[in-house]
Amino acid sequence: MYKILEKTSLNPSMTKMAVEAPLIAKKAKPGQFIIFRVDEFGERVPLTIADTDKEKGSVTIIYQKVGSSTQLLDTLEQGDYILDFVGPLGAATELEGYKKVAVIGGGAGCAIAYPQAKALYNMGTAVDVIAGFRNTDLIILEDEMKAVSDNLYLMTDDGSNGNKGFVTNALEENIKNGADYDLVIAIGPVPMMKAVCQLTKQHGIKTIVSMNPIMIDGTGMCGGCRLTVGGKTKFACVDGPDFDGHEVDFDELMKRNVMYRSMEQTSREKNCRLIRNKEADSNA
Amino acid sequence: MPNMSPEKTPIPEQAPEVRRHNFDEVAKGYTEEMAINEATRCLNCKNRPCVSGCPVNIQIPDFIAQVVKGDYEEAYKVITASSSLPAVCGRVCPQETQCESKCVRGIKGESVGIGRLERFVADYHMNNAKKKPEKPAPNGHRVAVIGSGPSGLTCAGSLAKKGYKVTVFEAFHTAGGVLMYGIPEFRLPKAIVQKEIEGLKDLGVDIRTNMVMGKIMSVDELLEDGFEAVFVGTGAGLPNFMGMEGEGLIGVYSANEFLTRINLMKAYKDEYDTPIIRPKNVAVVGGGNVAMDAARSALRLGAENVYIVYRRSEEEMPARNEEIHHAKQEGVNFMLLRNPVRVLGDESGKVTGLECIEMELGEPDASGRRRPVAKEGSEFTLDVDAVIIAIGNAPNPLIRSTTPGLEANRKGCIVVDEETMKTTKEGVYAGGDAVTGAATVIKAMGAGRLAAESIDKYIMGK
Repeated sequence: MYKILEKTSLNPSMTKMAVEAPLIAKKAKPGQFIIFRVDEFGERVPLTIADTDKEKGSVTIIYQKVGSSTQLLDTLEQGDYILDFVGPLGAATELEGYKKVAVIGGGAGCAIAYPQAKALYNMGTAVDVIAGFRNTDLIILEDEMKAVSDNLYLMTDDGSNGNKGFVTNALEENIKNGADYDLVIAIGPVPMMKAVCQLTKQHGIKTIVSMNPIMIDGTGMCGGCRLTVGGKTKFACVDGPDFDGHEVDFDELMKRNVMYRSMEQTSREKNCRLIRNKEADSNA
Repeated sequence: MPNMSPEKTPIPEQAPEVRRHNFDEVAKGYTEEMAINEATRCLNCKNRPCVSGCPVNIQIPDFIAQVVKGDYEEAYKVITASSSLPAVCGRVCPQETQCESKCVRGIKGESVGIGRLERFVADYHMNNAKKKPEKPAPNGHRVAVIGSGPSGLTCAGSLAKKGYKVTVFEAFHTAGGVLMYGIPEFRLPKAIVQKEIEGLKDLGVDIRTNMVMGKIMSVDELLEDGFEAVFVGTGAGLPNFMGMEGEGLIGVYSANEFLTRINLMKAYKDEYDTPIIRPKNVAVVGGGNVAMDAARSALRLGAENVYIVYRRSEEEMPARNEEIHHAKQEGVNFMLLRNPVRVLGDESGKVTGLECIEMELGEPDASGRRRPVAKEGSEFTLDVDAVIIAIGNAPNPLIRSTTPGLEANRKGCIVVDEETMKTTKEGVYAGGDAVTGAATVIKAMGAGRLAAESIDKYIMGK
């Protein structure tokens, strides 16, 4: 059992949680992930580690309440316990040896982009962070990202923060204006990563993307997280989660990621009942 | 007078048309009367050929003699002197190629049903034993075991009986390894596996789940941390794929994933959140026990047509005869001498079919089995909405890639001295599928037991 030390709402759909897991906190590096399971009946869900505090022995995760498992997780509060919390899984991002890096986060992807930017910035690398959100109410980690970047570009799809456009618009403009990036790290929805990669390929800039596909064990055992990279089958859990974005078959990945969508719907409805039942019980 | 019936006492089974729709255990097990009846078929031969066929050397005639007397607890003691997981072995050991293949009664007629008797004794103990085993006196030495599958549990159990303080590290949320995630409920009920593990805990074995060793801690850190020896039993957990077109389509599973969703994650039970595709028509590629498990599980999930696609003939199939027999009884279609070529899919990326090609057997290959050769122009398509790839697993690299000094061969199997299970790294031993590549539960248990003996000698000799 793993104790929830802190729970903060970042926006209406996203929550930050610090979980007591000292051994993981000691070992985790940027780019690695954990798998959680809320209770005996729950799924195993991978989430990239957003931050760690070795002294407190805590691991921070940021999740979007999209599936039944994250909704269930969100019913827990500070002081409650998560049944299973495993990590650190996957290979750490290789951040050594770059001069100027653009770190791009889309929506919830910023939760993962942030620790990468932080690690690079602390190594003395020049860092531009480009973060995109649907609207201004959904913006998360603004101060944190600002603190670990030379320039922060905040974009919204609807322009409600006064800066309308996609992350690719900002990236393209920076490249045109002579930002001499030797690496781009893109983390967010698959269509966003695909668009970034198309752009950087034209400009010949190496691009790393972080994958978050469906998986069970996270140790290479099930092969459910496989994707095609450079024509070869790779497992996101052990070969990744980072891959060369110019080699990833994004179209296949997008199809695989919606594999269980109709079933998730059913599970979500089931869960809603579960949550309602819980509330009914506590009110009684 | 021994019972001279040439046939084994039949074991009650669920009828095939009933069991293909449920996950309950197929074989129901002997009653006391049946067990005694079968036990009296044993001639108690002097030279005990059966014992030589058992990878963990259970003193088979001795335990059977106790069954004849009706002293099942004594029979249990005889078995557990050699085996840590009797209820498991009685169910999943390939007795027909081991102990039972050496039985004198097998020369004219059927051998003694040793597996069935072992199962009876283990189940009897589980259901009737009142007192817990006494914890052995601690000897003050600590050993770490990585992986809680058959080899790890056996190694842990053997060492615990000698007084070692053993800690078992498991990556999953439940201990048991392949016994939990791989072998289906209808062959090996999970409650039985957990009871066996409870028995090990009663001996003082400490089991720590959610610990992915090599990530959260390295072997070197375990050794620095005061563990005097480490046993690596991490299994063969990396599924092989065919490398054919369409393997990324929705509806293509590794047998590992399909079985894990069902067995460990209980996707067949409504109260669990685990999603799984419930296909109508399924092709399972492969001819081993795992392929049979996947095919029979697919039936139980509600599939109408399940095909085994295997490139050689039935004679070369690595699966146990009993499993092939059960699968056929339940209505699995065997497409022998057929090899998949590519998986076909629709625009949304879902599987619509499996293109196969007919094969014929040519000259024997390195394995001694006749090599299958494709018949040109014989391609055909099976209409399926799911394809399960069950063509074997490679050893998991997490430990070997994070442990300097631990040598592995070209296939990724950890190199050991076969007499002692000692690896190339001081104080580190290994066994089971991590060493041999995918093999059987009992072979892994044999290796775990051997490693425990070597570890004991190593630590006592320090």
